[in-house]
Amino acid sequence: MTNVFQAEGLGKTYPGVRANDDVSFTVSAGEIHALLGENGAGKSTLVKMIYGLVRPDEGRMLLLDAPYAPHDPKAARAAGVAMVFQHFSLFEALTVAENIALGMENPPPRAELSRRIAELSQGYGLPLNPARRIAALSAGERQRVEILRCLLQNPRLLIMDEPTSVLTPQEAEILFATLRQLAEAGTAILYISHKLEEIRSHCDRATILRQGKVMGTVNPRAHSARELAAMMVGAEMRVVDRSGRKPGAPVLEVRNLSLPSGDGMALKDVALTLRSGEILGIGGVAGNGQEELLSALSGEAPTAPGTVTLEGKDLSRAGPELRRRAGLLAVPEDRLGHTAVPEFSLTENTLLTGTSRQGLARHGLIDRKAATDFARQVIQSFDVRTPGPATAAGALSGGNLQKFVIGREVLGHPRVLVVNQPTWGVDAGAAASIRQALLDLAAEGAGVIVISQDLDELLELSDRFCALNQGRLSNPHPTDGLTIDEIGLMLGGAHGMEVAHVQA
Amino acid sequence: MFRLEPRASAPLLWQVVTPLLAVLATIIVGGALFAAMGFDPVASIRTIFWDPLFGPAAGYSRPQLLVKAGPLILIASGLALGFRAGIWNIGAEGQYIIGAISGAAVALAAYPLEAHWIFPAMILAGAAGGWAWGMIPAMLRNWFGASEILVSLMLVYVAQRIAAWMAFGPMKNPEGFNFPGSRNLQQYESASNPELIANSGLHWGGVAAVLALAATWFIMSRHILGFHIRTAGAAPRAARFAGVRPERLVALCLGVSGALAGLAGLFEVAGPGGQITESFGSGYGFTAIIVAFLGRLHPLGILLAGLLLALTYIGGELAQMMLNLPAATVQVFQGMLLFFLLGFDILTRYRIRRRA
Repeated sequence: MTNVFQAEGLGKTYPGVRANDDVSFTVSAGEIHALLGENGAGKSTLVKMIYGLVRPDEGRMLLLDAPYAPHDPKAARAAGVAMVFQHFSLFEALTVAENIALGMENPPPRAELSRRIAELSQGYGLPLNPARRIAALSAGERQRVEILRCLLQNPRLLIMDEPTSVLTPQEAEILFATLRQLAEAGTAILYISHKLEEIRSHCDRATILRQGKVMGTVNPRAHSARELAAMMVGAEMRVVDRSGRKPGAPVLEVRNLSLPSGDGMALKDVALTLRSGEILGIGGVAGNGQEELLSALSGEAPTAPGTVTLEGKDLSRAGPELRRRAGLLAVPEDRLGHTAVPEFSLTENTLLTGTSRQGLARHGLIDRKAATDFARQVIQSFDVRTPGPATAAGALSGGNLQKFVIGREVLGHPRVLVVNQPTWGVDAGAAASIRQALLDLAAEGAGVIVISQDLDELLELSDRFCALNQGRLSNPHPTDGLTIDEIGLMLGGAHGMEVAHVQA
Repeated sequence: MFRLEPRASAPLLWQVVTPLLAVLATIIVGGALFAAMGFDPVASIRTIFWDPLFGPAAGYSRPQLLVKAGPLILIASGLALGFRAGIWNIGAEGQYIIGAISGAAVALAAYPLEAHWIFPAMILAGAAGGWAWGMIPAMLRNWFGASEILVSLMLVYVAQRIAAWMAFGPMKNPEGFNFPGSRNLQQYESASNPELIANSGLHWGGVAAVLALAATWFIMSRHILGFHIRTAGAAPRAARFAGVRPERLVALCLGVSGALAGLAGLFEVAGPGGQITESFGSGYGFTAIIVAFLGRLHPLGILLAGLLLALTYIGGELAQMMLNLPAATVQVFQGMLLFFLLGFDILTRYRIRRRA
């Protein structure tokens, strides 16, 4: 097979970080090549260099055996490299065809473009109507727009950055079918992910990065997920311990919870019962009401009286601080700017939620020593890698900051802890210890709600599973015995099929 | 070529150095400007920055430093609270005017009674007037989402019209030979705000300014309220998550900064100003914005910045008298100062690197 892309000794240094160090690998025509690594392993830097967003300090790249040094993405595209980013850059108010035309150097006439879009989308099994507005499309359909935008350039190398993070399992299958078809047509595909199972089932080769260095290029099908993870992390992963859990009395009751849509998704008549010692997993594709559900439970968005009850106490109208005092704690998804203030030190960040439960202020006066001690306690108990409590939260890596944020709440000994995307963008080692902390918390008798898009995580952690779709929460199912197909249907909104008939 | 590279954090050194750089750049560019206008740049700069303190007539101008710095610091310390929280009160000038009118109203109503309660009552009325004027943009923002920047700014012009109306109408001195303007409160003992130490320029407004600095320092660095204010400015969603109610913070910050501006107005009308006139507002409310930023929203910085801006007021007047520099000199200087400060501020967040 011919080499489409080749990297030779690529290196890139940022202040204080060696992001890439002597990185060499090749991508051949017709293969789906995985780039596997933890967050912070240097995947994005590497890809940015290939796409012309960042220039390497050392080494060189070859594209089709010719020297390749793009100084901007435009040059990269002209050379035949296309990229689908994790976050879409689409104008919601414009149609599919208009969005695609905007990204082109020389867009053909609109009718001609629409025809080509329809043709390509049919050809690759990515059904898409060029005249539809982006606002009306699902995340999966939006991704198709981005992919089609790339395909129109006839790329030799297509880079996909964590493409399945926004897709349901069924949508992901469609994507892989398309990628396989593209590969067979001779396109080289560089596929970035940290989802081991999908790499094992769909990729031909995998190059594993750790701390900016290539650990090796392997055939992922010949290795178990555990082995791949070990190469990625550098050590055997900790096994999550699920033992010692028995559901007790109900601690949290949610009834008839509705929340009008502000900018996001409205919650419709959500109901759930959480028992002490239980972990309830809530799955769903992003944007189906996850953030809204979390803010309704955390108190950031108060709801009608009687909708949120903690151990018999109606907290529906209470704000976050009152709920915290009652024992209902929450960790929203976004570390930077929501659960932590990046500019503030870790000590100051304990004051955000720990003030009442840890007694960090008396009559409004901040007890700096108590806050520092508590920050130190979180750092020690949760193995947060940082020089100390005076470090700015923004200076920590994603995994370490997430450990700090989760630890801050876990050490508050909540009766109920609600977390959204607890391990999003977190390296595998930190993710394992965060999951273990949630399991330990449940084993001690707290109720835990885990909202996540990572199905493996939900299946690993939760006793019962339900899905959030279009702001509605499905009935919970015991996790044991659930198949991925059943989950896919739940995520797609088919709650036992009768709903579809009512709406029809 | 050079390029900018983001810093991981804003180093304290640069936070201190950039205001000094801004002052230096203002002096250099200001001097060049004077030279271009045909004035001796060195003499002009010396007249503005040196002579008011150490020149031949310093005995007259030095007390003016505290007279001018007092209201600037008092107003700026209040504004800094809101600016830290991302709440932009641009209308301190209006709150200053309304505070002065409210305080003067108490005095004029009591005239000619001499009693000890009058001055304290004026202080309360001044603070209440400024507070109320600040609460208008606060409520409009909380109820209707109106921008407090625009509303507070526009209320300045309303306040100026009210001051003119008062000077020509309800508050006009009945014994003033039909000249516009109220009675002179300096000549009404119970209502006057005299110099506390002869020839120091210090009056009750200066005392209030120091107290306000101490109080805001305490709140910002020791109290959970200050933490919430800083959180709201740095990460609004984190503040809401911590349990901060944004509407309360808006009302608090606009209310407090309004009250302090009102106090400044009251001390001015009862002291150096003496009376409500058509043009009572003298720009302190706007200059205080520069003071707050030049002082990095920090109490100590505000103290120093307030003294420096006061110096440009006095020096500008002196240069006008001695060298016939145009009256707009002061404003040009103050404008340049803010301009350079905001420009140099980029150095706190970025470093300059030579492009490889």
